[in-house]
Amino acid sequence: MALRMWASSTANALKLSSSASKSHLLPAFSISRCFSSVLEGLKYANSHEWVKHEGSVATIGISDHAQDHLGEVVFVELPEEKSSVSKEKNFGAVESVKATSEILSPISGEVIEVNTKLADSPGLINSSPYEEGWMIKVKPSNPAELESLMGPKEYTKFCEEEDAAH
Amino acid sequence: MRGGSLWQLGQSITRRLAQSDKKPLSRRYFASEADLKKTALYDFHVAHGGKMVPFAGWSMPIQYKDSIMDSTVNCRVNGSLFDVAHMCGLSLKGKDCVPFLETLVVADVAGLAPGTGSLTVFTNEKGGAIDDSVITKVTDEHIYLVVNAGCRDKDLAHIEEHMKAFKSKGGDVSWHIHDERSLLALQGPLAAPVLQHLTKEDLSKLYFGQFQILDINGSTCFLTRTGYTGEDGFEISVPSEHAVDLAKAILEKSEGKVRLTGLGARDSLRLEAGLCLYGNDMEQHISPVEAGLTWAIGKRRRAEGGFLGADVILKQLQDGPTIRRVGFFSSGPPARSHSEVHDESGNKIGEITSGGFSPNLKKNIAMGYVKSGQHKNGTKVKILVRGKPYEGNITKMPFVATKYYKPS
Repeated sequence: MALRMWASSTANALKLSSSASKSHLLPAFSISRCFSSVLEGLKYANSHEWVKHEGSVATIGISDHAQDHLGEVVFVELPEEKSSVSKEKNFGAVESVKATSEILSPISGEVIEVNTKLADSPGLINSSPYEEGWMIKVKPSNPAELESLMGPKEYTKFCEEEDAAH
Repeated sequence: MRGGSLWQLGQSITRRLAQSDKKPLSRRYFASEADLKKTALYDFHVAHGGKMVPFAGWSMPIQYKDSIMDSTVNCRVNGSLFDVAHMCGLSLKGKDCVPFLETLVVADVAGLAPGTGSLTVFTNEKGGAIDDSVITKVTDEHIYLVVNAGCRDKDLAHIEEHMKAFKSKGGDVSWHIHDERSLLALQGPLAAPVLQHLTKEDLSKLYFGQFQILDINGSTCFLTRTGYTGEDGFEISVPSEHAVDLAKAILEKSEGKVRLTGLGARDSLRLEAGLCLYGNDMEQHISPVEAGLTWAIGKRRRAEGGFLGADVILKQLQDGPTIRRVGFFSSGPPARSHSEVHDESGNKIGEITSGGFSPNLKKNIAMGYVKSGQHKNGTKVKILVRGKPYEGNITKMPFVATKYYKPS
């Protein structure tokens, strides 16, 4: 299992460093001891979603750790634009070959954009969970909710403890 | 046909799983390793990167380093080696073992040529399925059969109870449970060429459904040309102390093309082949007729009965069953077990019992039961996934054409 996750995070590392990003600064990432990559500058929920807060927009997706445990994603169900999401409430689902997982929103707000690429290419969640695999962009209704989320170090530790427990 | 309920797999995935919007979120399955049984290949699996999960009381590999999708595709392109030693193999012996077994299964056991076997169903008094099984008549006084791991205790208790009664009336039958042996399944286009390297017997003469006791890789094995994938292949019962060596030899002879394959891919493969998974597509309350296994009920048996629940089953054969198992294609998210099936007007006509995304066809496939009359191929349906209806249609199975080795 360690080998597979290492291969997965290496692939992710390569993807991250070669993809053209909006800013010229490549995001820094840390390889956790559980071998999934955890990105700096993001906040994480204990249900494995990440949030990137830039001004009045928050982008949401699922972490590398999550996509690795899920396996190949074959279908993603996302909400409509203008619908609202609530903290810790389900806003969609991710289907892999073997299982369905709910996606919970780490924050509350209004959905202003949905990643339509995921309809034809659900595998982007596996290959690029922090970049091309983003799911929804939200206008946060209560920015204070971000404070209660985990930072990268905390989340890394959280993943290790969860994995160790099984 | 084989396996047990994969949906009860302790997936040990960190996300919460929801099978449908009505089901409560399932908790993560914490099973201590010490409570689970291990096959002879346990260490071998771990050494090869196997992700071990609890299954029917055993610690089994759900996948290895390659993804379930890649693994499933590789089986049909090259081949797969499965550890199915968790399943229960047993032998029935004695002068009356054939008539004895006929009281419990729907097969025409007497009519089987020696060295030939078939899929059959153990029935209960209501005509429902206790388990499905591949039985082989080795000789008139020896039957070899394999039953599902998840049904082991239930099946053995059932057989033992009936055996006691049969013997008390003077019948000559005894059994031996092959816990000293391990079952491996080798499936795919390379199965026969690879296995041929390991035995002197001419495998080109062993056809689908046939059985032989022979030397493979230096040990006496029970070999059946059968499987749970729809591909040509074999199930090999090897003495447990030689199981690892045999697995190693098979993988080496294939030069890495045949891969160790786990239960995740096994489930995708059997679904593509349209085969039932007991616990999902077949249960105590479903008869073999409803499950589309009428072909497995021997002709003579349809006339004579003589198995548990025969009156119910014979009536269904006469009047037709009220529900039937069918295949489905659908759009949107993959339909899963317990998803409701509606007709185009929104009336409930059935339920999905197994479903998923087919790695070989790259589309959603599912099987389930619908009311008779609504079961024709091409019938348009709506399948409810998480409360939303998605377009689908009924289709015949297998979804992927089978490649059983039969005489031309």
